[in-house]
Amino acid sequence: MSDDYQPDHEFGFHTRAVHAGARPEPTTGARAVPIYQTSSYVFEDPESAAAYFNLQEYGNTYSRIMNPTVAALEERLANLEGGIGAVAFASGLAAQSSALFTMLVPGDHMVASAALYGGTVTQLKHLARKLSVDLTFVDPDVPADWARAVRDETRLLFAETIGNPGGNVLDIEAVAAIAHDAAVPLLVDNTFATPYLCRPMEWGADIVVHSVTKFIGGHGTSIGGAVVDSGEFDWSNGKFAIVADPSPAYHGLAFHETFGSYGYLMKLRAETLRDLGGAMSPLNAFLFMQGLETLPLRMERHVSNAMTVAQWLSERDDVAGVRHPGLPDSPYAPLTAKYLPKGAGAVFCFDLDRGREAGQDFIRGVRLFSHLANVGDAKSLIIHPASTTHRQLGDDELAAAGIGPGTIRLSIGIEDPQDLIWDLEQGFARMHGNGS
Amino acid sequence: MTDLSPYQDPEVIQRVLHQARTVAIVGLSSNVLRASNFVGFYAARHGYRVIPVNPREEEVLGERSYPSLSDIPEPVDLVDVFRAPDAVPGIAREAVAVGARALWLQFGVISPEGVEIATAGGLDVVMDRCFKIEHARYIGRMHVLGFDTGVISARREAH
Repeated sequence: MSDDYQPDHEFGFHTRAVHAGARPEPTTGARAVPIYQTSSYVFEDPESAAAYFNLQEYGNTYSRIMNPTVAALEERLANLEGGIGAVAFASGLAAQSSALFTMLVPGDHMVASAALYGGTVTQLKHLARKLSVDLTFVDPDVPADWARAVRDETRLLFAETIGNPGGNVLDIEAVAAIAHDAAVPLLVDNTFATPYLCRPMEWGADIVVHSVTKFIGGHGTSIGGAVVDSGEFDWSNGKFAIVADPSPAYHGLAFHETFGSYGYLMKLRAETLRDLGGAMSPLNAFLFMQGLETLPLRMERHVSNAMTVAQWLSERDDVAGVRHPGLPDSPYAPLTAKYLPKGAGAVFCFDLDRGREAGQDFIRGVRLFSHLANVGDAKSLIIHPASTTHRQLGDDELAAAGIGPGTIRLSIGIEDPQDLIWDLEQGFARMHGNGS
Repeated sequence: MTDLSPYQDPEVIQRVLHQARTVAIVGLSSNVLRASNFVGFYAARHGYRVIPVNPREEEVLGERSYPSLSDIPEPVDLVDVFRAPDAVPGIAREAVAVGARALWLQFGVISPEGVEIATAGGLDVVMDRCFKIEHARYIGRMHVLGFDTGVISARREAH
């Protein structure tokens, strides 16, 4: 074998988290991925420019559509998820809306889990109304409900690996089978699990979306999202003319026929990202790559801390319930064992044995947990969903998402676990009226 | 179902990409929106001599098109196939006869019989893979559009 050839070696997850997508920069030898803070790129000659715009050659044209720093992040994410490629976006919601916009047309129908992040529920409802697409929410825990909701116009199924904030663990294999029986893709938001804990494509999911703002970054400094494609879905099965047919938005190019398994991602980038414009900035991509390098190390600490805290909470009399899917008495324990053997994430809810005011008192009592609307930071976070992230939802929708007036959501960081427990004790003391 | 993995070996793919100079593309279309045209354009741009083989074309990408491999009046290193699988055994026999060193079957062109003929004739065989994508993965710039190349290396490439 020539010394120049790439050897046929399977690198492990930790190695790929550090190396994938980040070869040394050939011009300078820079070992870190440079921040290519540029809006645009000089063409070698008119022929090259034409070839890039025609997608006949892989090249840079304009940073709304592609950027070398962002591309390094995209390649690393795709590699870690087991996808063929990825497109990064300015936020997780921009990634999600673009993934859907690329495959939907008026008259289509989508089926989504009822236990999604509140921002996703709001987005799906808005998108459905503005695209004239029908939307059905189902109980994600009941595969038969997914199957019953599917009809001729259905074009996709959408769920989260670990529901937010109910902690529902998706039976990915079962729901993927229902999607594929209907010849439609399963889209999974894998933000809470990250590819370290679960790779949904290995269980049949076709497209994975991420808010990389969360554990992928881990530092809470930047907003970003990504769409990763398995390349396995057959867009030419007759149901997706919008992906498969010659596109008037790209001088008649038939993306799926021309680019094969890469067709959907090409269309997502060359049309949807080009037209809707929610591009990730190079600086943010750089920061997310710094985060990804330590993803496996951080996730090990996140999940072990979260289990320690969840077990401690579950032994308290003033806690009505702890919804951590890793606890042995969780209804999701069998699915956790199957899909999340390394740990069931680090975001979970618990229910105080009293109402809304008690929840707010609890939050007033803590001083190490940050009271804010985010998850997946290296720092531990706390929030009261009913009055913040999920306040746009009606009572029925709240109940469907598994949220009560005394529900507290925790995102467990990588601090010393005994300090987290010490801090939560202060919350309980405040709630009982004897806190400082 | 045919086990394709022996015909998707990274070492064989890289050897074919590096050793080939003249590539005969069977089924190369003059329609610039067809996948074969994308591949032919890309190969020519990256320094390969591209020879179209298509009885329904006079000229593609500025090169004369030949009705069959046997009609090409010069040596061919690689035969890249964009045809239905049932045409492959005949193409494989011709590829052996003209002394090609490799047979490359594009996405969906799966022919165990064609593979057997080419392998018996001493050719390297790549199947259900795209020449353009594999070139872009190992030599070209597929990574600039966020595709996973699978390439992990801390070596500095020649600039």
